[in-house]
Amino acid sequence: MHIPDGFLSTPVWVALDVAVAPAAGYIVRRAQREFEERKLPLLGVMGAFVFAAQMINFPVGGATSGHLVGSALLSFTLGPAAAGVVMIAILAIQALVFQDGGILALGANVFNLAIAGVIAGYLPFHFWGAGRARKAAIFMGGVFSVLVAALMAVSELLLSGIAMPGAVLGVSFGLFTVSALLEGAITLAVFQAVETLNPNFIKQPKAGRRIGLGLIALAAVALAGVGVLFASTNPDALQRLADTLGIASKSKPFLDAPLAEYQAGFLQSAWLRKAGAGLMGIALIYGACALLGRMVGRQRSA
Amino acid sequence: MSPVIIARNLHYKYEDGTVALAGVDFDLFPGETVAVFGGNGSGKTTFVLHLNGLLEGQGTIEVCGLPVRGETLKQVRQKIGIVFQDPDDQLFMPSVLEDVAFGPLNLGTPPDQAVERARIALDQVGMLEHQHKAPYHLSAGEKKRVAIAGVLAMDPEVLVLDEPTTFLDPPGQRSLTVLLRGLPQSKLIVTHDVEFARSLSKRAVFFEKGRIAGDGPTDRIIEQFRWIGL
Amino acid sequence: MHHVVLERWSRGTSLLHRRDARVKILSLLIFLIAVATTHRDFELPGLLYFAVLVGGMIAARLPVIGMLRRAAIVLPFSLTLAAITWISGEPRRAAMVVEKSFLSASAALLLVATTPLPQLLRGLEMLGTPRFLLMVAQFVYRYLFVIAEQAHRMRLAALCRGGRFRPKGGFRSAAGTLGVLFARSYERADRIHRSMISRGFEGHFNLLSRPSLVWADAGFLFLTAALVAVIRV
Repeated sequence: MHIPDGFLSTPVWVALDVAVAPAAGYIVRRAQREFEERKLPLLGVMGAFVFAAQMINFPVGGATSGHLVGSALLSFTLGPAAAGVVMIAILAIQALVFQDGGILALGANVFNLAIAGVIAGYLPFHFWGAGRARKAAIFMGGVFSVLVAALMAVSELLLSGIAMPGAVLGVSFGLFTVSALLEGAITLAVFQAVETLNPNFIKQPKAGRRIGLGLIALAAVALAGVGVLFASTNPDALQRLADTLGIASKSKPFLDAPLAEYQAGFLQSAWLRKAGAGLMGIALIYGACALLGRMVGRQRSA
Repeated sequence: MSPVIIARNLHYKYEDGTVALAGVDFDLFPGETVAVFGGNGSGKTTFVLHLNGLLEGQGTIEVCGLPVRGETLKQVRQKIGIVFQDPDDQLFMPSVLEDVAFGPLNLGTPPDQAVERARIALDQVGMLEHQHKAPYHLSAGEKKRVAIAGVLAMDPEVLVLDEPTTFLDPPGQRSLTVLLRGLPQSKLIVTHDVEFARSLSKRAVFFEKGRIAGDGPTDRIIEQFRWIGL
Repeated sequence: MHHVVLERWSRGTSLLHRRDARVKILSLLIFLIAVATTHRDFELPGLLYFAVLVGGMIAARLPVIGMLRRAAIVLPFSLTLAAITWISGEPRRAAMVVEKSFLSASAALLLVATTPLPQLLRGLEMLGTPRFLLMVAQFVYRYLFVIAEQAHRMRLAALCRGGRFRPKGGFRSAAGTLGVLFARSYERADRIHRSMISRGFEGHFNLLSRPSLVWADAGFLFLTAALVAVIRV
């Protein structure tokens, strides 16, 4: 899931590097406020734990085995901001020291795993982690953290023009779903083991979250994710959809309209069109994450 | 001369109610090396944590004439240097030199002087040639020396070592003994290792159930408590 | 053990080792951007970029074969993706993509192999990376191998007790191992914090002095930029 250098097209990696830098700065400042330098060892050691934990095999039915990715678990025990910082640190080390993931592609990888993945993984726990649906929330957190990260990665590759025939996409999604389900199961199992040892390890969310808000938030991220994927595989379809729905002619403030007009507008070359649509999609997700992050932040400090 | 450590009637209870210290009185005199024996859970580690204010219990405790409390903690932590059991917990900086300079820098020493003091301390323990190495690549004995250097660089008057021979093989233990013998500070050495204690200290105390059950010449204490399991 | 070798390499004393970390980081970025933005006819530029890197390795007195072997770690993943591209009818693109990923990995490796970690961290900080983030990374790296070793030992012990042989047992045993490892890591963090406080830490990390730039540093940066620009054009 770590994209190496050379695969992403210039507009994609540049846009992501530029967009992610301030986001990373924000996350770091948030974590620093919550944890201060005194707790640095904790963040570092937990990061080392996740890194090391990725090497432990979880046997699943005979021949296969999976391993923990850890971003969801980190967010349940350290909170999403600190989890984000730790994941960024891990990604940087993997890229520089272990040649796992590119340097220019760091923006993309950070976005996929440390931002979108962490938030998507944390949201179920934030909204439902205090109630009866707790186990499901933890499981789904694990699932979403991997699924969203994988979706983003594939979108970015498609946007960059890496052709993926339908069969390959199908197989990839199959694999992602399996990994995501595994992550859910492993996250839940380890979470329970940790909680049994000491409940204080968990950063418990406050009870009484509004369920509606949670559903909307998750739906937003999911939709945006699917939307980007759709846009990157078929930007022309988006245009057709907009035309069919007569949206271009209406003056309603609908998200697709600016997109459609953008394409019809001053964009000349084919890749710019594709890139433009997809980048808009990514910007949507980015905005959603930022909004959600702020929402989560306000509720946590309330 | 007045003692460098004075503890009077120290009591400490953990959050879950366990009584860890039930009235400890102890003096450490300048230049002395005292061995601290006791079973697991006897309170000896809890006692050590009180010496520089990591834990605060009831009773009084003074280090080099300073009360171990609040505003004086910073000075206390310069006067008394504690070397904990696992050197990996102490050597957290990327290089040996940076780690040993950590203490002086915290005391406000300007960077150039901190580096100098670090080098001197490393030389004292015989690890100067490894100054630029990453701690992970050192052997257990080397790590222990660097950990001691990290404390020596702060120029303390008292050294406290918590189970220093854990992780060390016999040759490592022997060179640690030689090193410690050559250091002028007053020392408190928590240890299970009877021979190690004998080779360094003339006096020993025995902790039991949060109290000091015996305080006297090392050989006598070893004899007296051997049947309890020294 | 890769990291042991890498750490040893980074403590060399060649021309490259002695350059300021900031300059090396910037050179890496310039190189990577040049490689990434070279699209048409990648064959010749690719070769030239490779030559520049190998030249760098030689100047740094590093073992070229050893370095390239390490950089080749990136290949399995990029070859898989490239294969898909090849099958979809773009063989030149597939080859280019693999070459680019290998060049990038080698270049990053050259940076890390000529810059000891403390200097690399300091360089990144002076270039604007938040210190908090760098320190977290420093701690992660420091304890990565310690905890990995712990994990390995725990798994061995569990396997010795037959933890693998029951179908569900293996999964639960692994979860239990991670639970314990988590708890031990947490406790370790407490002990590290304890020893930091014992040495006078009051919440703020103080730094050793800032390195200063010399003419050779500027020269190196200029040379890299020039070489890369020539190849690019």
